[in-house]
Amino acid sequence: MSILGTRVVRTEDPRLLTAGGTYVDDLRVPELTQAARVTFVRSPIAHALITGIDAAAAREAPGVLAVLTANDLDDLPPPPPDDGGGGGDGGDGGEAAPLPLGGPWTEPLLAVDRVRFVGEPVAMVITTEHYQGEDAAELVSVDYEPLPPVIGADAALAGESLLFPAAGTNVAVTFGAPADATTFDGCEVVVERTIENQRLAPVPMEGRAAAAVWAAGKLTVWVSTQNAQISRFVLAGALGLDPDSIRVVAPDVGGGFGAKIGLDRDALLVAWAAKHTGRALRWAETRSENLLGMTHGRAQRQVIKIGGTLDGRILAYRLEIVQDTGAYPRMGGFLPFLTSLMATGPYDIGTAETAYRVIVTNTTPISAYRGAGRPEATAAVERAVDLFAVEIGMDPADVRRINLVPPDKFPFNSPCGAVYDTGAYSAALDKVLAGAGYQELRAEQARRRERGDVRQLGIGVASYVEITAADAAGGETARLVVHDDGTATVYTGSSAHGQGHHTAWAMLVQAELGIDMDKVTVVHGDTDLIPLGVGTYASRSLQLGGVAVQKAAVDVREQARRVAADMLEASESDLELDVDRGLWHVRGDPEASRTWAQVAGHAGEDGLAASVNYTEGQPTFPFGTHLAVAEVDTETGKATMLRHVTVDDAGTVLSPLLAEGQRHGGIAQGVAQALLEEMRYDAAGNPVTGTLVDYAIITAAELPSFELLASETPATINPLGAKGIGEAGTIGATPATQNAVIDAVSHLGVRHIDMPVTPERVWTAISDAREGR
Amino acid sequence: MKVTLTANGSEVAAEVEDRTLLVHFLRDAAGLTATNVGCDTSSCGACTVLLDGRSVKSCTVLAAQADGGEITTVEGLAAPDGEMHPVQTAFRAEHALQCGFCTPGMVMAVVSLLAENPDPTEDDVRTALEGNLCRCTGYHNIVRAVLAAASGRRPS
Repeated sequence: MSILGTRVVRTEDPRLLTAGGTYVDDLRVPELTQAARVTFVRSPIAHALITGIDAAAAREAPGVLAVLTANDLDDLPPPPPDDGGGGGDGGDGGEAAPLPLGGPWTEPLLAVDRVRFVGEPVAMVITTEHYQGEDAAELVSVDYEPLPPVIGADAALAGESLLFPAAGTNVAVTFGAPADATTFDGCEVVVERTIENQRLAPVPMEGRAAAAVWAAGKLTVWVSTQNAQISRFVLAGALGLDPDSIRVVAPDVGGGFGAKIGLDRDALLVAWAAKHTGRALRWAETRSENLLGMTHGRAQRQVIKIGGTLDGRILAYRLEIVQDTGAYPRMGGFLPFLTSLMATGPYDIGTAETAYRVIVTNTTPISAYRGAGRPEATAAVERAVDLFAVEIGMDPADVRRINLVPPDKFPFNSPCGAVYDTGAYSAALDKVLAGAGYQELRAEQARRRERGDVRQLGIGVASYVEITAADAAGGETARLVVHDDGTATVYTGSSAHGQGHHTAWAMLVQAELGIDMDKVTVVHGDTDLIPLGVGTYASRSLQLGGVAVQKAAVDVREQARRVAADMLEASESDLELDVDRGLWHVRGDPEASRTWAQVAGHAGEDGLAASVNYTEGQPTFPFGTHLAVAEVDTETGKATMLRHVTVDDAGTVLSPLLAEGQRHGGIAQGVAQALLEEMRYDAAGNPVTGTLVDYAIITAAELPSFELLASETPATINPLGAKGIGEAGTIGATPATQNAVIDAVSHLGVRHIDMPVTPERVWTAISDAREGR
Repeated sequence: MKVTLTANGSEVAAEVEDRTLLVHFLRDAAGLTATNVGCDTSSCGACTVLLDGRSVKSCTVLAAQADGGEITTVEGLAAPDGEMHPVQTAFRAEHALQCGFCTPGMVMAVVSLLAENPDPTEDDVRTALEGNLCRCTGYHNIVRAVLAAASGRRPS
């Protein structure tokens, strides 16, 4: 029996549980024994001109080796010339991602003459000891001349204060068609609403960290990243170095969630400073730095408009987005493209329109955060469907069933330009409804409403389809070597930071070759060993990196067949691999067999090895339905989540254990967005949720256990049948939870509450509805 | 000032600044890097260790306060023959860790919880772990692992 699809505990765990991981700050390699500490001086003001920096006092402070400012960056190549692209109208955002837009929007490494967000790096203090850096950073005196801050969409669009005067606008990208006056003509009911998809902080438990050494003409950078190889090319470009003179290592990485794709300017600066000063350097940010300096996610203002018939058929949908991309248009400029692509979700809607603008504001830059544009699409359309359902007085589950893409329409060309590969959307919905006991939940809700209970019940449904491995053509690499002691090594371009790749890739090798997974070593995240690779994001790893491993194993198996045939003096076509025992033998003669060690030992100089760069022509589209049950105290507005039931169909499941973990984590982050989390700024651009005391990261006490239902509709475009599972949770759970809380109070006249649906907002919504506001 | 303490059974002595936090003493002076720093507001619990048998957030304790004390970190939890502690075993069996960064602190918090309440309900576990943040697991499997370790049932 194949090991694939069985519950296998992780090979990573014994080390992590008994010795702890080796994250950047834990590295005790010889090159870093004398490493000095980097501490950043960051802007405390959202928008200001820098009129002077006085570092004299800091330079005299104990342990200070250097204080570096933008003036010291004179050994770097100039930024690329402005090619005229990316600014104002017409930039399409999609082509540039995930790179910054450049041109007038270029982001410096250290602030030059202007700061654009609280937390922007202004200077670097290098000290021999840890605590000395924080002391000395306090002594760096920066003169700021405040400028009017641009906070929020209205201020950005008004354009009275500009972040980039040379751009002449705060709108970095405009995309999509203006509204067509006839789009909703045939509709009996039309509902329109402006909603917020609030700004979130990713908060991986390990913040950003980097260490660097320049020695003998080679730069070595250890960085907490999702992509060592991409980081190497970004470093080469930023520092003007040949990529061959750079080694990037991603050691253990304590979570990423999209915010560690590549590397940030802070890590680039650590690498630059190591070369500039000739010293080994190490930087590990504090949590308060992390909440301001690491990119944020989401931050869309959406206008949703939905129309259809009184019997529940949705005919037209329009989504308009204003994407706040923070102070610099990084990947945030691309995210609304994905939101627009997935705007109509799993529904067969005849007419759809999308349009977006990307704005800059004096806030932390926006980039990918678990789901990266797709949770925003799902949140919008799932709110729209619920608003439509309540308007026509139909059960929201029934409205969904009527409009879901039927199974006979795949592959389905969505009106937004996506091609959904395979799906069984209404089956997923019905499975969740049955698993949750939907009719009984509605009956209990009705009883509470009739009694006028203080604690009302809400049931939230969200169906979704998402896109995974959106950049499938970028592919992924794998190299597999079988050694003459019978062990194997996998070199993968994927880059685990909690997902369990080491276990999954070893399972794939065992499944194909019969080499016990305990004998398989998986290596990732070292560009000297794996120069080419893409890394882990966009739920791409298994369907690209995993398939690459499998194909390398198949290649090695066929090499081994030739060698074994030679050893056993048989024809290749008569050779069989007994995968259960990991032995080669002639068909019909299992006793005369050869082990992998023997075959590899006989394979000659080149041994048994294969390299694969697997690319795919199209992405995959996982789907599912989430159902959340909330209890809302109508006197205090507090919502408590009672249950969360899901179907997340990501094709064939290789590791039920790892898939379950991905679903759990995503659900928690989705519930967190719906209920609790928001990165907030005051009108002056001061972050008011800049520590974990203020930023309401979700805890165990605020969550129920989750009820996961199984569903596997294989993908047809890759040999594993796999789609991505990493982001399903945030995509489905966020709107299901929000819909549940609103549903609990909808009988009181409440139609919408923006996320996070805090007690204050719920209480206010109830009060407003009761008073007819 | 000089701080002397016992960490996982071994005496560690070092001359440190008065303000040195216990977590930095453990990581830098004692070389025990499993214990991580996840925040600067005593919110996340990644730095949880046992001080004289009780769990503390070692970012909120001065090394000086632990002078003469006995510290247990996750590195000191397994038996001398390497056999994992039942909480460690349960964490692996129930897939209660992903990136591993919160894990050392989480495991020590669970050891402390079970010492105080050997037979907790799911609600007890969720409330007791409110001060230990995990961003990967959604806590579901951590709760299962704690209940499994408490019941002593064989891992699934």
